[in-house]
Amino acid sequence: MSALKLKKGSTSHSAYNLRPTFSDVVEKHTLAVLVENEPGVLARVIGLFSGRGYNIESLTVAEVDHQGHLSRITIVTTGTPQVIEQIKAQLGRIVSVHEVHDLTVEGPSVERELAMFKVSGKGDKRVEALRLADIFRANVVDSTLETFVFEITGAPEKIDAFADLMRPLGLTQVARTGVAALPRGD
Amino acid sequence: MTRQMTGAKMVVQALIDQGVDTVFGYPGGAVLPIYDEVFQQNSIKHILVRHEQGAVHAAEGYARATGKPGVCLVTSGPGATNAVTGLTDALMDSIPIIVLTGQVPTFMIGSDAFQEADTVGITRPCTKHNWLVKETDALSGVLHEAFHVATAGRPGPVLVDIPKDVQFATGNYQTKKPSTSHYKPQIKGDMEAITELVAAIETAKRPVFYTGGGVINSGPAASQLLRELVEATGFPITSTLMGLGSYPASGDKWIGMLGMHGLYEANMVMHDCDLMINIGARFDDRITGRIDAFSPNSIKAHVDIDPSSINKVIKADIPIVGDVAHVLEDVLKVWKSRGRKTNDGAVSKWWGQINEWKTVDCLKFEQKGKTIKPQYALSRLEALTKDHDRYICTEVGQHQMWAAQYLNFEDPNRWMTSGGLGTMGYGFPASIGVQMGHPDALVINVAGEASWLMNMQELGTAMQFNLPVKQFILNNERLGMVRQWQELLHGERYSHSWSESLPDFVKLAEAFGAKGIICSDPDDLDDAILEMINYDGPVLFDCLVEKHENCFPMIPSGKAHNEMLLGEADTQGVIDAKGSVLV
Repeated sequence: MSALKLKKGSTSHSAYNLRPTFSDVVEKHTLAVLVENEPGVLARVIGLFSGRGYNIESLTVAEVDHQGHLSRITIVTTGTPQVIEQIKAQLGRIVSVHEVHDLTVEGPSVERELAMFKVSGKGDKRVEALRLADIFRANVVDSTLETFVFEITGAPEKIDAFADLMRPLGLTQVARTGVAALPRGD
Repeated sequence: MTRQMTGAKMVVQALIDQGVDTVFGYPGGAVLPIYDEVFQQNSIKHILVRHEQGAVHAAEGYARATGKPGVCLVTSGPGATNAVTGLTDALMDSIPIIVLTGQVPTFMIGSDAFQEADTVGITRPCTKHNWLVKETDALSGVLHEAFHVATAGRPGPVLVDIPKDVQFATGNYQTKKPSTSHYKPQIKGDMEAITELVAAIETAKRPVFYTGGGVINSGPAASQLLRELVEATGFPITSTLMGLGSYPASGDKWIGMLGMHGLYEANMVMHDCDLMINIGARFDDRITGRIDAFSPNSIKAHVDIDPSSINKVIKADIPIVGDVAHVLEDVLKVWKSRGRKTNDGAVSKWWGQINEWKTVDCLKFEQKGKTIKPQYALSRLEALTKDHDRYICTEVGQHQMWAAQYLNFEDPNRWMTSGGLGTMGYGFPASIGVQMGHPDALVINVAGEASWLMNMQELGTAMQFNLPVKQFILNNERLGMVRQWQELLHGERYSHSWSESLPDFVKLAEAFGAKGIICSDPDDLDDAILEMINYDGPVLFDCLVEKHENCFPMIPSGKAHNEMLLGEADTQGVIDAKGSVLV
């Protein structure tokens, strides 16, 4: 349901209207956008963000329903409440977009990201990298005598923390998928 | 029901099934199969324009004057890129048009083939939606869907790109059927919000209806319901440039157009009102002036079919997403059922104030001497044409604002102007489209000489199809609006804002076989205008006007509604550095 259909000051629907619409505070929101899986649909969404000057912190996209011909785009974006509302409304008017969900305000959700880290080093550093990887439940997916490739899954903050720890230990390359997110419960 | 036919035939068949009677286009290599089918039928008239931009503007003019979607057919590459300005114009003004482009064959796409362009890529940001059709079997479905998307919800331009091999190949044709698309914009407004609006109407002391192009796009019923609501409540009504005609200018609740060059009383009403009822307008920057000083003490209700219009610029206290006609019907129903109440005493006091503002007579001008004032030219045009079945187009600039101020519109769909994009060169081809929709009407394009020259090649089109469009050119040998801004903002340094090496418009008209009329004496003006009206064929009217006339009233950039300039005397140093960066 669109926030715009909700009345000002009403508390029965959702948390939407408890946020002042024209506040200056920049918020981070995770949006789940269900789109028709057709050529050009990602360009439409990205073009909207660049054309109207919105931010993209991360973006993931893949087909999620082969039969229904649907893809799910998960976008992490930042903006004032007015900008966030505008982004959702603008996404909603793209003809190929079926649904727009703001996971940040629609109730609790879980976010996960996958990342791969290549760490190269010898001796103590190599041992320390392996030990920290174990603490973070990162898997070793490739190894040479001088390098590891770790695979780690988690909330973006956990991956940031792991990257910070690996940097002094010889981090050479990083690949991150961006956030995938789903609402909790029903 | 399906039938086998070629893709090219499907295009023509789909247009017929959609009730299309007129197509504006220009052939080329990648649309030859479609043109071959156009040649072999009589249901659809094809108007050969002289430039693809003209085709799109003509389709826009046709759409706005008839309420039906306009259709264009152009070739790949340059045909498609020439259509981009028209598409953007239609997107900004929410005009339903369908542009069909040819494309190089599918197996050559991406090879930089002759006349290849990434048409769907180029037009993605300037269409409501677009499609590249790679299979003939999918073509008819896409074509029908294109009409649905162009006309449903907030209307807009769509484009279907059809590779040449898809046109040649045979496939299944699907007849038109109700759309199964998930694209179904919300039509009915939320009843709770509508009731809230009615409650606000009942108590408002200083209300105003602020209406826009959405009323016209919603169809004739919307204008009818608006008139009923305005008459029943007795509230004043103003309109944007795009909405002129939805409420008649002769109506006694009409307070004139608002905005940057709107009427003094309309802008003062907007500034001082306590209830603003926005119906189908979008708080454009030409309307609001300085945002933080925009109507500071009002409750704002906003009716719009596009949720993204609401809270985009101005926070709406009572947002209503829905189609104007549906929402107005519900507003009237609820208001009547609650006893048709308004705050009569306060509203009549409000009218007292409004009538006081009206005495400023902000459109007054004095026609003295032997030079025609542009305001005088338009006043005479109004006087001599108002009783005709009349449609007005404009180009963009000072003449456009004067036309909006001095011509009166009694009905919707009779005023075609490029509002959002401000496209010079719009009016002439648009007038051709309007005349195609209304062959017997008097179609006048009020133009400036500079704008008119931007698409002057369409005089060939008007001649070929015997379209008696009247081009009323207010010739000041200047880019008048640019010149005005340079005077106010750039120290009177008139950088490249004059029209040099102008053609002799009478000879130019004659070169095409049209009629040319030149008029420079105010005493001759009436006769000359009558001569234009009475001539059966296209007329180029070169009206030589005062060269340095400025367009007033004016809200300068960065100023509020109650800081209008009413004339030359007010203009010294009015726009500060902050205002001068605004356009």
